[in-house]
Amino acid sequence: MLAALRCVIARDLRLAARRSSDVLTVVLFFVIVVSLFPLGIGPEPQLLRTVAPGVLWVAALLASMLALGRVFAADHADGTLEQMMLGATPLGLVVAAKVFAHWLISGLPLVLISPVLALQFDVPRELLGVVVLSLALGTPVLSLIGAIGAALTLGLRGAGALLSLLVLPLYVPVLIIGAGAAEAAASGLGGNAQLLLLGALLIFVGAFAPWAAAVALRISVE
Amino acid sequence: MRINWFKYSSPQTFFPLAGKLALGFGTLALFACAVGLYLGFFVAPTDAQQGESYRIIFIHVPAAWMSMFLYVVMAFWAGMGLAFNTRLSGMMASAIAPTGALFTFIALWTGSFWGKPTWGTWWVWDARLTSELILLFLYFGFMALQAAIDDPRRADKAGAVLALVGVVNVPIIYFSVKWWNTLHQGASVSLTKAPSMAATMLAGMLIMTFGFWFYSIAAVLLRARCIMLERERSSDWAAQYARGAT
Repeated sequence: MLAALRCVIARDLRLAARRSSDVLTVVLFFVIVVSLFPLGIGPEPQLLRTVAPGVLWVAALLASMLALGRVFAADHADGTLEQMMLGATPLGLVVAAKVFAHWLISGLPLVLISPVLALQFDVPRELLGVVVLSLALGTPVLSLIGAIGAALTLGLRGAGALLSLLVLPLYVPVLIIGAGAAEAAASGLGGNAQLLLLGALLIFVGAFAPWAAAVALRISVE
Repeated sequence: MRINWFKYSSPQTFFPLAGKLALGFGTLALFACAVGLYLGFFVAPTDAQQGESYRIIFIHVPAAWMSMFLYVVMAFWAGMGLAFNTRLSGMMASAIAPTGALFTFIALWTGSFWGKPTWGTWWVWDARLTSELILLFLYFGFMALQAAIDDPRRADKAGAVLALVGVVNVPIIYFSVKWWNTLHQGASVSLTKAPSMAATMLAGMLIMTFGFWFYSIAAVLLRARCIMLERERSSDWAAQYARGAT
């Protein structure tokens, strides 16, 4: 079973490596959206320092949503997905592996580049760790919840806009807790409570979402 | 005597029953809302602190209750449909969604009317307001997903998964926004302690709540009847009804 998981992850990573521009598009989208904010709301350092965690989080949320369409679409188009459903490995596990690979491709790069962007917003150095850690715990939750939406909208017309309508309300708790971590740390409370909550959310969603996404996939493909 | 518990689980037998129930509950709703509004607007005393503007609660609070309750009922029917693969459950779930969205919208709208004179602002990013707004988005997402899928069976099942995911998420949303920010006062009425308002106010509000309940039942059943006719149009009984009705 673990071999199957490893196989799915390795396959998705290899496919992504062959089309590396897809990965770069998501990262560039993240960078550009974040850079638009100082242009829109003005460059005062004090203001930017306050809004930085929220801006990084909203941009990461939009970027990871942009990439969601690709989790299942290609496999659905060429029939691989149906073979995965027929296979002996439980579909929930396959979905979990695919979501993990998807996070490695589209979530992890955002986490890695976020400290650089945070510095552009003049975020104090001692807060960088909290921002990065909150994104590292939060972006997998976004990918997991998003996978349910991606599975439900598989093959529908206007799937992109519909997906955002389905998924964004469900993203709200992650956004609030994630952006709250850095704010709490900035106000001297320490962001531990929010980080622990994010971790709890990750465990909860990690247990629950692959299964729900598998049910949704079976409905979409039948 | 053996009771056939599943007699009304088929559209053919439920359709006439729904029509009768809708008529009965619609009449009750009209009556209860008339009494409730009369009590609320003419009998209940003026509030010592808020003046007349408090009277919006006779619509606001029951609507807010219904908005949350209807989401749970919708998720219940959706889950039944997913578990037992019954046609009628899915139709009920999709019939409930617009009424739920309507009450969510009414709760937000009347709340903002009340907020302007009392808090001095139409909108604050407070825990309850925000979670109610997200509830509205959840209803919209459910309806948009069902509208985007042409095959009604797939629409029912996909909507069911979304409704169930949403109902798990509702408490999480509620607590996350509550920890994040809060201004809205606590509940004035609860089952565990004596209500902190005058008896006529409470009576008016409860009667309005029943009025909204009856309205919801009537509206949902009427909508379910339309959905039943639309989906079963190729069957004999629906064709017969359509011939008889036109």
